[in-house]
Amino acid sequence: MEKYRINPDNGLEFGIYTLGDHLPDPATGERISAQQRIQDIIEYAGLAEQAGVEFFSVGESHQEFFATQAHAVVLSAIAQATKKIKIASSSTIISTSDPVRVYENFATLDLISGGRAEIVAGRASRIGLFDLLGYNVRNYEELFEEKFDLLRLINENEVVNWSGEFRAPLRNAQVLPRPVNGSLPIWRAVGGTPASAMKAGYAGVPMFMAHLGGAASTFKRTVDAYRDAARAGGHDPDELPIATAGFFYAAEDSQQALKDLYPHINEGMKRTNGGGFPKQLFAQGVDPHNIMNIGSPQQIIEKILHQHEVFGHQRYIAQIDFGGMPMDKLKRNLELIGTEIIPAIKKYTAKK
Amino acid sequence: MKIVGLSGSQIGSKTRIAMTATIKSLSEKYPEVETELIDLADYKMEFSDGRNYLDYEGDTGYVTKTLMEADAIVIGTPIFQASIPAALKNIFDLLPVNAFRDKVVSMLVTAGSAKHYMVADTQLKPILAYMKAQMVQTFVFVVEEDFYQKEIINHDVLLRIERLAEDTVVLTETFTKIREEKEAEYDF
Repeated sequence: MEKYRINPDNGLEFGIYTLGDHLPDPATGERISAQQRIQDIIEYAGLAEQAGVEFFSVGESHQEFFATQAHAVVLSAIAQATKKIKIASSSTIISTSDPVRVYENFATLDLISGGRAEIVAGRASRIGLFDLLGYNVRNYEELFEEKFDLLRLINENEVVNWSGEFRAPLRNAQVLPRPVNGSLPIWRAVGGTPASAMKAGYAGVPMFMAHLGGAASTFKRTVDAYRDAARAGGHDPDELPIATAGFFYAAEDSQQALKDLYPHINEGMKRTNGGGFPKQLFAQGVDPHNIMNIGSPQQIIEKILHQHEVFGHQRYIAQIDFGGMPMDKLKRNLELIGTEIIPAIKKYTAKK
Repeated sequence: MKIVGLSGSQIGSKTRIAMTATIKSLSEKYPEVETELIDLADYKMEFSDGRNYLDYEGDTGYVTKTLMEADAIVIGTPIFQASIPAALKNIFDLLPVNAFRDKVVSMLVTAGSAKHYMVADTQLKPILAYMKAQMVQTFVFVVEEDFYQKEIINHDVLLRIERLAEDTVVLTETFTKIREEKEAEYDF
């Protein structure tokens, strides 16, 4: 785990991620400017650090209703505005980027932040960026696999010899600068299905598992498939960290949490995904066994501890700001996270 | 309420004629209902390549978005080679898995032979059920002999079309009401 800068003795890490979505607040119908949204995300990261959050990541989406297409640039501002929080992408669409440039950016980010940068590489759920950036979506899988392999090769070797289908060959290529401690933690983004998790497992790559809703036990199958595949690939699952990431919202009680959050998720998903979130499924989000962490601080603590028992994961990452969530509500959540939720989680998961 | 009629074939005229009659019946009886007929023969559709339906442009984007915004859909289909046409299956493939959640879908089938009567039950309904449609169980089945010179001449078919239109509207109203009441109970 040391290679991935994770010390299991410190207990479950608590992180926050944003997709960098730029959506109207459904309560007012108003949308802040892209400039304001980016400034808010930078401020949000700083406030998260103050609340004791250990990880903050920003997504890359190239379409309407998103503002952090240049996520590495936003992360660089966050690196400058913070001191100890780990910073990462969630995720970097490696398929449509040059791994050399991505590595240069994140190694630089690691130097700026003093060794806090990580990469989470994903394949994109919406595919408009293939046209925008000049790639053929027919190569969706091949592009990801080839470029992800190259990214990891660059991470492990300062001088690279490589050739592939989608990029010019590299001959004794030195990729600089190098990160503070020689390499970066690189994760594979997994959408929650066992098939996708197994690819991360076979390659012995840490898994960043994003999920919407459903029983935690359903996702345990994905976690098991990941660890089995890692073992089959000759890797030690005990050395491979797992992160889970999904919706989070804390309020005085679960009814208030549902009320505050639902319009943001429902309206936001309609715009970004083309279909809302059914109320029936959302109402089940407060169930103790549901993987969505919505409720009172105490309920959320119990849910996260239950998930930790089921998955044995090393990092939980909360998405709170989706769908035009106003800053005051984010601040209130950070307050509850910092004063109640993180202390309880650490108490039960950290080795004394 | 918006009801979209989908004539699911690029070949022939029977399905289009029957669907035009269905939309006419709907708008005469329910002038307050917004209706639109999409005849796939009029659109240049791309094959599904797996992208989100919002990412299609041109005719493909128009058809998928119009269907997704509908409260109810009347699907008209001929039977080709003992099955639904590829053009119609492509529509299903273009849409998300839960595309028909909270939608009512009814069916009208035209065929060259009454021997194809079970095709909708064995092949179309399972797809609609998978995509979470609330179905009008009774469909209208129309054969070659019911047409003469591009018109439906069998009065029984016209009466059945009227009932299909009525059932589609009543079921949509009913499910909308049930859903609204249920959603109000959640209080969020």
